[in-house]
Amino acid sequence: MTDTGAGGTNRLGQGVEAMQGEAVDAAGKERKSRWRFAWWLIFIAGSLYFFLPLLGTFAFSLKDRPFGSAYTKILADPQFFSTLGYSFVIGIITIIVSISIMVPTAFWVRLRMPRARPIVEFITLLPFVIPPIVLVFGLIRTYSQPPLPFTHTSIGSTALLVCAYVVLSFPYMYRAVDTGLRSMDVQSLTEAAQSLGAGWIRILVQVILPNLRVAILSGAFLTLAIVVGEFTIALFLARPVFAVYLSRLGDTAPYQQSAVALISFGLTWIAMGLIAVIGRGGRGRITVTGNR
Amino acid sequence: MTDHALPPAIQGAPPARPGRRFSLTWFGLTPFLLFSTLFLLIPAAYLVVGSFTGQDGRLTLDNYAGLTAPLPLNAYLTSIEISLVTALAGGIFGFLMAYAVISGGLPRFLRISLFTFAGVASNFAGVPLALAFIFTIGRLGLLTTFLVGLGFNPYDAGFSLYSKIGLEIVYLYFQLPLMILIIAPAIDGLKKEWREASENMGASQVQYWRYVALPVLLPSLLGAMVLLFGNAFGAQATAYQLTGGFINIVTILIGNQLTGDVLHNVGVGYALAMGMVVILGVTLIAYSWLQRRSERWLR
Repeated sequence: MTDTGAGGTNRLGQGVEAMQGEAVDAAGKERKSRWRFAWWLIFIAGSLYFFLPLLGTFAFSLKDRPFGSAYTKILADPQFFSTLGYSFVIGIITIIVSISIMVPTAFWVRLRMPRARPIVEFITLLPFVIPPIVLVFGLIRTYSQPPLPFTHTSIGSTALLVCAYVVLSFPYMYRAVDTGLRSMDVQSLTEAAQSLGAGWIRILVQVILPNLRVAILSGAFLTLAIVVGEFTIALFLARPVFAVYLSRLGDTAPYQQSAVALISFGLTWIAMGLIAVIGRGGRGRITVTGNR
Repeated sequence: MTDHALPPAIQGAPPARPGRRFSLTWFGLTPFLLFSTLFLLIPAAYLVVGSFTGQDGRLTLDNYAGLTAPLPLNAYLTSIEISLVTALAGGIFGFLMAYAVISGGLPRFLRISLFTFAGVASNFAGVPLALAFIFTIGRLGLLTTFLVGLGFNPYDAGFSLYSKIGLEIVYLYFQLPLMILIIAPAIDGLKKEWREASENMGASQVQYWRYVALPVLLPSLLGAMVLLFGNAFGAQATAYQLTGGFINIVTILIGNQLTGDVLHNVGVGYALAMGMVVILGVTLIAYSWLQRRSERWLR
């Protein structure tokens, strides 16, 4: 390309240069547009991969006769609501326990125990190294025999489930709360509250907690997303959670299963949307839950 | 009770003096330490101790030697293979997709929609994800029936969704978006000036990538792929739903061991779980090291 523009017919050096410049530009543009075509191709291939499974699920759910009955049957299925409700209640309890452990801990580490930070960080990172299947393995082996036969009763198993979920929420909750604490002057707030005669509980509940609202909320929604989608731990503790219900629905009602799978995707959208709205203004944090 | 220890420390006295104050300040961490000990550290310790205990109750390394039996060994090899393949494929294609929307000249709204979608899709995993693929490229799935209509049945050609390759295709659905999210800041950090400077000095496209962009990106790329590896390695729900528990990977084997002692040796089961913890531990250490390296240029 560049050679044709520099053909020696034009005797004016400037003209040649100008033409060469144009030709180089044109070549650059062509190269760029060829690259852009490649980037488009990659983007479209990826989008197809992302989109097709959702389309397949939706198409399958519509196969039920009469039209749309997969969805109406789901709405008439008491198990759908009871398992979803169960998972939500477990999620709320998990959040409450997790907050009431993690807020005082992060507060105390920040205020008085900076030395303990590596220990707390190490423990809260452990769930990334101990996957759910290993955690539930250890929990069942530890707590299925005297003196602590948790798994022998329904309420005991549910308690164990909540405790396991609280452990899973530690990394997310600790980091959310710690980030929140970093954005305020914990020392001054505590001193001010103390000089006004507030005790520890009062400081935590009436001074620290209100300032942590946003941080806690994002940690809480993430925890909720984890708990409502969690399958592995609940399966082995034989708890009637939403994911186990979805997993077994196919044995009797494959069309409804596809409808619920789609609803579950919708729930993920809502949870992530809420987290994005809450986290607005802060640094874009990557939030990845552990339900693989 | 901790109130007594407070006023001096508040007035700025550094926690230099150990002794009585030491124990009192540690007291504030009791709920956390107690809970973690009961529901994380003790169960973990139970597995550690069990993995070093023989069937006669004595200290032994036999359980770890037992991991070389075909069943556990194949489980590890398959798990590692699946994790490697999906980390590499997801890593490379995820990088290309992120680069396409950030620097590929695609419209800006595509960039925003891709990142929004990736945020959701990286969390869409487990049971519903496996189902979505069954409904799409399972035996009776949408795409399969479409291809059969065209006269090509992938299942006659040796493909199966319920196998290793199938599992890899499904895992990519959460690996790809995760890569896009992790690598985006690194791509954003490639300064325009670097490219301009190298072009001014007469560097070609290839030279720019070989000597400037890739060295800067490499720690981030490797770190992200290491994270993807761990992400796939610990996955259980997706594989369980897809194969009905009939694929021999570590997480599935641990589950089968938990319900039915398929290894016929409790101790080897514990060693199996510990092996996972060790591999994931190495993964996490490698990731944090690479992440520190990547921060050198991308700030």
